[in-house]
Amino acid sequence: MSDERKIRVLVAKPGLDGHDRGAKVIASAFRDAGFEVVYTGLHQTPEMIVNAAVQEDVDVVAMSVLSGAHMTLFPRVKGLLDEAGADHMLLTGGGIIPEDDVDELEKRGVGRLFGPGTSTSDAIAYVNEWFATTHAN
Amino acid sequence: MTPSTLSSEHEALLERFKDGRVLGLARAISVVENERAGFQELLHTVMASGPQAKRVGFTGPPGAGKSSLVAAVATEYRRLEEHLGVVAVDPTSPYSGGALLGDRIRMNDISMDPGIFIRSMATRGSLGGLAATTKEVVDLMDAFGFDRVLVETVGVGQTELEVTAAADTVVVVLVPESGDAIQAMKAGLMEIADIFVVNKADRPGAPRLVKELRQALHLRTGSALKDIPAHHGVDLGQVMKKERSTSPSAEKPEGWSVPVLTTNALTNDGVETLLETIQEHRSWLEQGGELERRRRARAEIRIRDVVNREMRRIAWSSADARALLARGVDDIADGEGTPYSAAEAILGALLR
Repeated sequence: MSDERKIRVLVAKPGLDGHDRGAKVIASAFRDAGFEVVYTGLHQTPEMIVNAAVQEDVDVVAMSVLSGAHMTLFPRVKGLLDEAGADHMLLTGGGIIPEDDVDELEKRGVGRLFGPGTSTSDAIAYVNEWFATTHAN
Repeated sequence: MTPSTLSSEHEALLERFKDGRVLGLARAISVVENERAGFQELLHTVMASGPQAKRVGFTGPPGAGKSSLVAAVATEYRRLEEHLGVVAVDPTSPYSGGALLGDRIRMNDISMDPGIFIRSMATRGSLGGLAATTKEVVDLMDAFGFDRVLVETVGVGQTELEVTAAADTVVVVLVPESGDAIQAMKAGLMEIADIFVVNKADRPGAPRLVKELRQALHLRTGSALKDIPAHHGVDLGQVMKKERSTSPSAEKPEGWSVPVLTTNALTNDGVETLLETIQEHRSWLEQGGELERRRRARAEIRIRDVVNREMRRIAWSSADARALLARGVDDIADGEGTPYSAAEAILGALLR
């Protein structure tokens, strides 16, 4: 096992929609990429997600949103993270999110969002790159 | 190492920690878990007041319901208004180095309670059922001011017994599928239990496992035959006792007979009794001087751990040692050396 610092990621599934296949696929892929993945299961509120992210001191919060509520959920979680003093964490995610919304969310401080058909290796590369640039010291 | 000086970054961290801010604790845990520069000084500073919290460990095979039981127990302690820290350990993949930490899934009902702090840890190659720094993380939670810290190990087999070095009271959680009394008579997991819990007790086979566990425990304490009447004029209980008194015993000190309880973590059945039993064990620990003995034993382990870790670090951060390591590998490949000749050269250089 290498000495390099592990990247900790919270994979979260907010809201009422019960389709967690995507979250599980990405959690497994992150694990296989050498990340430490905290998975909290279905039906998480933004408050629960931020609470877990803070306690677990993760580097990245990755949300899967398929319900169409992304314009509410991502800004809400981002706001709560900032409030909790966890603005150093990367908030990213995926789901069925129109491109215009992706741009709008990026403007509000959310990281890259991945749509259907994304290869897991793209998401892994993105997290690795983000971590390398923000922890380059 | 000068264990009294803190970096300014850690000073700021400590400030938040002492203010009781969750973020301060969370980040302090990361510093310790990643063994970042200065983590020993940080621990030294916060541990000055010694252990205060009651530490309860939960261990057992995978799927025994440890996380669910910890969640049920934590809920009950919250009803008693105790503040709780929970450390849950899950395995790191030896192939990818990654881990899926899923214990929080079972703890969602309690996760939003501000009186509970849950932290998941990956084993990162450690084999004792805990992560290398879990004991230190428990110390941090203790120092943060929690009344009680619950430690959940990875799903263990027979020899992952490190939880005894992190907890005052060890609860071994089994399920009817865990095996029969022969499993219970083997060395290892069965010897570290202060309390046995047969979880998922509504399943078939639970009463049988409870009975077999009790019998196995009686065999250990030598009371299994006390209820059997004299046979052919020979009292077996007396015979056994004589034999035993001539052999050295590694048993737990007198006075605590390990109970076997049943629970159903999902319906909460038996959880209250488990709490009462943990409390009884606590009283026994405190009254009999056993707590002191366990803390001393733990302190010794901890000192050895710190020294071992530092020695490893010193050894492999030495350029000489690394050069000799590389040469040793070459020598072995060329048929001119063994691991022993290489190790002797390295140790010689280090101790010079």
